Amino acid sequence: MSLLQEYELLRRIPFFVEIEPAKLKLLAFMSERVGYDAGKVLCRQGDPADAAYLIIEGEADIIVNTPSGPVTIATLGANDIVGEMAILGDVPRTATVRAKTRLVALRIAKEPFMRMVREFPMMAISIMRELAHRLELTNNQLRNAISEVQRLRAAEHHADAAPVA
Amino acid sequence: MKTTAAVAAAVEAVPVARLLPRIGQRDASAEPSAPPPPALDELEPTVYRFILRHSWRQQIYLLVVTLASFPFLYVALSLPKTIINQAIRESAHFPQKIHGISLDRIPYLMVLCGLFLLFVVVNGAFKQHINTYKGRLGERMLRRFRYQLYQHLLRFPLAYFAKSSAAQIIPMITAECESLGGFIGDAIALPAFQGGTFLTIIFFMFMQDPVLGTAAVAGIPVQAYVIPRLQRKVNQLNRTRVRSIRQVADRVNEASAGMVEIHADDLVKLHLTDFAHLLGSIYDIRFEIYQRKFFTKRLNNFINQLVPFFFYSIGGYLVIRGHLSFGALVAVLAAYKDMASPWKELLNFYQNKENSRIIYDQIVEQFQPPGLAGVEQLLEEPETIPHFAGEIVATNISLADDDRSRTLDTVSFTLRLDEHAAVIGQAVSGKSELAQVLARLIRPTGGRITIGGRNLAELPLAVVGRRIGYVSATPYLFAGTLRENLLLALRHRPIRPAEYDDGTARRRARQLDETRRAGNIDLDLHADWIDYEAAGVADRDGLAGRIAAILDEVDLAADVYDFGLRGRIDPEVKPELAARLLEARRALARRLAEEGITKLVETYDLARYNANASVAENLLFGTPIGPVFDFDALADNAYVLRVLDEVGLTDDLIEAGRQVAATMTEMFADLPPGHPFFEQVSFVSADDLPEFAAILATIESGGVKALDAAERRKLLSLPFKLVIARHRFGVIDEPMQQRLLAARDAFRRGLPEDARGQIAFFDPEHYNAAATVQDNVLFGKVAYGEAEAPERVPAVLAEVMDGLQLRPAIIDAGLDYPVGSGGSRLSLAQRQRAALARELLKRPDILILNEATGALDAQTQAKVAAGVRRGMAGRCMVWVLHRAALARDFDRVLVMSGGKLQEQGQFAELDRKDSLAGLLMAAE
Repeated sequence: MSLLQEYELLRRIPFFVEIEPAKLKLLAFMSERVGYDAGKVLCRQGDPADAAYLIIEGEADIIVNTPSGPVTIATLGANDIVGEMAILGDVPRTATVRAKTRLVALRIAKEPFMRMVREFPMMAISIMRELAHRLELTNNQLRNAISEVQRLRAAEHHADAAPVA
Repeated sequence: MKTTAAVAAAVEAVPVARLLPRIGQRDASAEPSAPPPPALDELEPTVYRFILRHSWRQQIYLLVVTLASFPFLYVALSLPKTIINQAIRESAHFPQKIHGISLDRIPYLMVLCGLFLLFVVVNGAFKQHINTYKGRLGERMLRRFRYQLYQHLLRFPLAYFAKSSAAQIIPMITAECESLGGFIGDAIALPAFQGGTFLTIIFFMFMQDPVLGTAAVAGIPVQAYVIPRLQRKVNQLNRTRVRSIRQVADRVNEASAGMVEIHADDLVKLHLTDFAHLLGSIYDIRFEIYQRKFFTKRLNNFINQLVPFFFYSIGGYLVIRGHLSFGALVAVLAAYKDMASPWKELLNFYQNKENSRIIYDQIVEQFQPPGLAGVEQLLEEPETIPHFAGEIVATNISLADDDRSRTLDTVSFTLRLDEHAAVIGQAVSGKSELAQVLARLIRPTGGRITIGGRNLAELPLAVVGRRIGYVSATPYLFAGTLRENLLLALRHRPIRPAEYDDGTARRRARQLDETRRAGNIDLDLHADWIDYEAAGVADRDGLAGRIAAILDEVDLAADVYDFGLRGRIDPEVKPELAARLLEARRALARRLAEEGITKLVETYDLARYNANASVAENLLFGTPIGPVFDFDALADNAYVLRVLDEVGLTDDLIEAGRQVAATMTEMFADLPPGHPFFEQVSFVSADDLPEFAAILATIESGGVKALDAAERRKLLSLPFKLVIARHRFGVIDEPMQQRLLAARDAFRRGLPEDARGQIAFFDPEHYNAAATVQDNVLFGKVAYGEAEAPERVPAVLAEVMDGLQLRPAIIDAGLDYPVGSGGSRLSLAQRQRAALARELLKRPDILILNEATGALDAQTQAKVAAGVRRGMAGRCMVWVLHRAALARDFDRVLVMSGGKLQEQGQFAELDRKDSLAGLLMAAE
């Protein structure tokens, strides 16, 4: 797997889709390819976020600690990216990522990534666009969810108001 | 000539007063160690007193020999006249009788010519002897002078170095005094001889005619009056000039020390301007000196020419009047001609003397700061150096600053010599000065300190420096290895004489003789100075164990172990260690296999391409020893290029270089030079990019063929640095790797005989002297892109090394780590711990630490403190702490404030809210 292939993978991630090729190649170049054996932890919930991971091969479990113990909420595979939101802000990891199989990932460290965002405004704009897009999606989902809730509440109310049979 | 040489030797055999009992040679020469007159080491106030004091015998000898040479010179000068007048011109009657032997004309001529030749030889011998003698005398005196200066420097009070830079001192000891050597040889003989000649000629003229004699010397009183006055002004200017030149040294020193600020604050122009001004003032001074100097010269010449004027006018008048015979006037004129040369010599000498006087005065005055330590106290070597016992009693110690404020104010306390005391206080409380006073680095201006009843101020340095240890917050390490720095604590005097073979012993005896003649210290640098007994061990092995234990105590062992791993050892010197490291190599391979993590280290394998090593390493399959196969210069190496051509790789590698260059220029195009990203790319710097861009443009238009040789080499140099696993350019594919293996093979087979010493090949069965210890054990590359590798590999390596008990040997090798100038290759935290180790090694009765662990983090600090306290158990320690809370574990606490000792007692007593100690802790 060469730099060019990594670049191709990155290009397919919506988050990076609008970034110009030279800069995306540079991002790939500044990133590090890291291999993990099954069971090894890429990052831990609560730790400060210092990198995003683009999975190149293998699978990773996303695990969240709940009061009733750890719960695997998702399993990611090749071409998936994890932790990209975390490196934009100073939030701790919201989940633990653990290699399910032998895993190879491109580790995009926060420092060079943020530096590039700062230095290449076009890159920041692309990311903003992607974030806006995501926000819009989220808003839509929220709107749908709210209307769903309202519908359910109304149904409930209706049921309450109905005369007891 | 033999006799003169013998006389010379006799004259020089001046008994040099012995300063020290000859340590390590006590049995050989039972010379009593009578204390010498201390004045021998003091600088004489003037250059002539210096010359007379240390070389009056030699000066007299020079004078005598010079005078003795005179008749020979005279004969040699007069013989040609005799030859011409008596032998050639036929004015004499033959046969001539010499000592009763009658000679005819031709034999007579031959005898005279033979005599002439003989006198030429004799005169030459005299001249050579006198000049050599003068040169040697000058050099010896210069050696003595420089030695005295350096000794004075070592006697300076420490406060001197806090206030003034040593930059001015350096030219004084080196360049400024250089010209004194030449002057010293001439100091007596030249004026005596030339003056004598001069007086003889004047006397002759007076004998011829008192009036003409008066005329001849008429100018001299004028000259004697005017010239010194003119010279005085020149002298003054010369003094200013020397001072200005010293300022140049000072500025250069300042600039190099403050380079960070000069760049950080853009002070370049200011500094250049300042320097230009300084140079300008030196120019002005020089110019004025020239003007005055040549004016003096002109005046001199004029006065000198006045004399013939008197001769011709007055002499001519007298001759015409018949008061003087014509012959007498001619004789006086001839004598006057002869007078010019000695007079000129005398004037030159006078200027030279004045110069030397000023140089000497100006140097000596700089080397007499107030508060010089006594030589005897510095050098005295008592037969035994007893341990301190009892108590430290400090009574009313005061330390007044220049401006009369007191940094220490009547401090009194008593401390048992088995107690550990902490001194706390704010930064300017006087706690640091107290530590320095206790170590006698500063002399208190009032009060006294006794240790076990002995007055600290009067003890020889041999006692203070060996029984008291001191570590400051910024300890100094001397350039050399870490081991040498640690051992300094044990090197106070030669313990065991060096063993020399006959030839070396003779040479050494000669050197020693010369050393003593110059009044230098006559200890042997090559003797073994290490005092094992002082470290409490019997021999070298014991010392190694002791050092290892101390490194543990000060928590420096891990650092030194790292130095060892990253350092190199010579398998020829340590064959056993090399063999054990090879064993470790095999053990590591086994362990990696057992744990199933062989992928974390890619082992060197002659038959396989190593993806974690660079292309260059893969090609050489070894470590370059000299510059010939240096990885950076590989593309310029003719043999390497030939090998690549042979296997047909050149064009492909250039193509790979082109692709890398293209990707790099694309990615890095918008990045400004100096961008941190460039640092992560080991093989292209920002400066290279435009060049690569130009090369790519050339290829674009004319293909690879359009490149010239330098451009091809530039491209070729790129892929050499590629590490496939790391750089992922994808330009070195599988078939290419196979061909690189072929190139590796060709490189090894065809390597010319004379280049074999330039490379140490990887060989699983042999230790590689050019590679580090760690690389030898790993025998491969830590794999890139394995998440576990950075932690697991060192851990497994450490386990293997410990399993084979190799740690002590590696630490021992790590002690050979060069610490750099001033210890610059160590961090401050490492330097502090190294200095602690150095002091612990000498096992002082009293250890004084002046915020000596301030650079350590809290955890290490606690560990080191515990280790040092263990090491000093039962002995005295005074620790000036940078944080009050650290005083908790000490037997006693002294609290300083405003130069006064405000509180003292046990920690528990002082740990109250209303106490000063409590306030200090609350403030932290």
